[in-house]
Amino acid sequence: MEVNIEAKRILAVSISKLYASRTQRGGLRLHRSLLLSLVMRSARDIYHASRECEAPSEAQSAPEEPMDTGSSPEEASRQPEPQLATSGAETCSDSEEPASDAEEYDCEIAEDKENLSPARQSRKRRGKASAAPDFLPSKRARLEPGEERHAAPLGSCRAGAGDSLTTLSLNRVIPAF
Amino acid sequence: MAGPGGGSSDVQWCFSQVKGAMDDDVAEADIISTVEFNHSGELLATGDKGGRVVIFQQEPESKNQPQCRGEYNVYSTFQSHEPEFDYLKSLEIEEKINKIRWLPQKNAAQFLLSTNDKTIKLWKISERDKRPEGYNLKEEDGRYRDPNTVTTLRVPVFRPMDLMVEASPRRVFANAHTYHINSISVNSDHETYLSADDLRINLWHLEITDRSFNIVDIKPANMEELTEVITAAEFHPYQCNTFVYSSSKGTIRLCDMRASALCDTHAKMFEEPEDPNNRSFFSEIISSISDVKFSHSGRYMMTRDYLSVKIWDLNMETRPVETYQVHEYLRSKLCSLYENDCIFDKFECCWNGNDSVVMTGSYNNFFRMFDRGYRHDVTFEASRENSKPRSVLKPRKVSTGGKRKKDEISVDSLDFNKKILHTAWHPLDNIIAVATTNNLYIFQDKVN
Repeated sequence: MEVNIEAKRILAVSISKLYASRTQRGGLRLHRSLLLSLVMRSARDIYHASRECEAPSEAQSAPEEPMDTGSSPEEASRQPEPQLATSGAETCSDSEEPASDAEEYDCEIAEDKENLSPARQSRKRRGKASAAPDFLPSKRARLEPGEERHAAPLGSCRAGAGDSLTTLSLNRVIPAF
Repeated sequence: MAGPGGGSSDVQWCFSQVKGAMDDDVAEADIISTVEFNHSGELLATGDKGGRVVIFQQEPESKNQPQCRGEYNVYSTFQSHEPEFDYLKSLEIEEKINKIRWLPQKNAAQFLLSTNDKTIKLWKISERDKRPEGYNLKEEDGRYRDPNTVTTLRVPVFRPMDLMVEASPRRVFANAHTYHINSISVNSDHETYLSADDLRINLWHLEITDRSFNIVDIKPANMEELTEVITAAEFHPYQCNTFVYSSSKGTIRLCDMRASALCDTHAKMFEEPEDPNNRSFFSEIISSISDVKFSHSGRYMMTRDYLSVKIWDLNMETRPVETYQVHEYLRSKLCSLYENDCIFDKFECCWNGNDSVVMTGSYNNFFRMFDRGYRHDVTFEASRENSKPRSVLKPRKVSTGGKRKKDEISVDSLDFNKKILHTAWHPLDNIIAVATTNNLYIFQDKVN
């Protein structure tokens, strides 16, 4: 559990650093963004690994959702990651993207099982044990006039992401601090 | 007490000078961002966050005080880069000078390259100590004379004047980098140089500003697949076809420009396998290489990552030949260092003139020297308290646990806001320049 708490904390710190770096003079630093995303990835892997250990007990209380705790939750929750990396990499002029990514991320950590099906549109349904994780900012992204808020399409434009992310596996659970 | 230097272990380092404001309140523009001696060591250049370059010149040794080498005094100050705005991306381009590299001297003038995140400039620094006097059509103050009043003709002659040092930008190399420039390196052919950003390395000719050749491009087709960036690059000291670049993954690639126009395929790759015992959340960050420097001999290269300095033999790719721990006591503090951003600090490193000693900075205004021959290392502090002229530097020690001895400092008392990122060693003598946040310290060995 300690590992879990530590992972959450590191995730929170990392996300706030990512936010802060958007307003830095000189624009987004690619190297720093990359390192932040690597740390976030490690922390997230550990977080999910420890969550999966608790998963069997939670699944009982939410019978509607599929029990698929294999690769899909990781797939779903990895999906905003590349968006984050992309916007970091391409010196973000679109200030919305990371914010909405972080928010999706927020919901997905809390509600992995909800987002397995691409048909599910409502991200905001709060499950039993899943009030918004307190470590993430609650700010919602500002929309341009005419834009709608919508759930990110799973796996749509991210063909490359899937390939690159298959290298990540639960073997990356890192116990040492 | 003795410290490493020059291959013998009886060098005593003494304070010589400190440059910069004495206030504790540091103006951001005054933060020193690069330090570099020229090839003779007579000139010492610093760049700061405000885009200024300050050049110090060593005074010739005086006959009165043969014990002291000449002092460094301000020679020239100029604004190299200004803040700019990229309108397409709505981004400000910082004026901070990332690197300065001197060109070898060819004539009376001195030339240096200075770069910020996007633009490299070639500066000519020249002296003027005479001026023409005795014009026929002009008065001495510059006003034009009425030609009708000219009754005799004379030839203007040069007369001495107070020394004036002028810096003028001779070339501007712009618009070649999408990402932030981290390194520049002059080739041993003295005609070309390279500039490296996070994903690409470009080759320039010093005379040509409107185009450059891209020689390394590690940008993936899909940016989501990005796994590493270029962190530093340098040309070999005398093989004009060879250069190296380091990555955020802790690898160094050596490239040969004769092999192909695009050097994406390395000739050699230097990588040390990771110690599985040291694995943590932050392993990737601390293995990122922040600086790479060839030895003067060209046989070795040195890399700096967050916790260590490694010396590599160019003939062996599998592991470094020497590894020196700079501040291993920080390994258990990586989480806090991540939170306060210190883990992202990019420390530089340097060789002494005969490659027997290497030096790098640390926190609490400490800097470390490692004597490769005698296997002796020492820690010194750059502080105003130790700044009596010619006072010998006392070695410092960080207590790593258990009982703290007298004069030792505990890890928790270290000031992480006081960091030495930039150091330089005179190419020939035992003179070092160490930059704290906004001050430049010059230390020399005691000449008896």
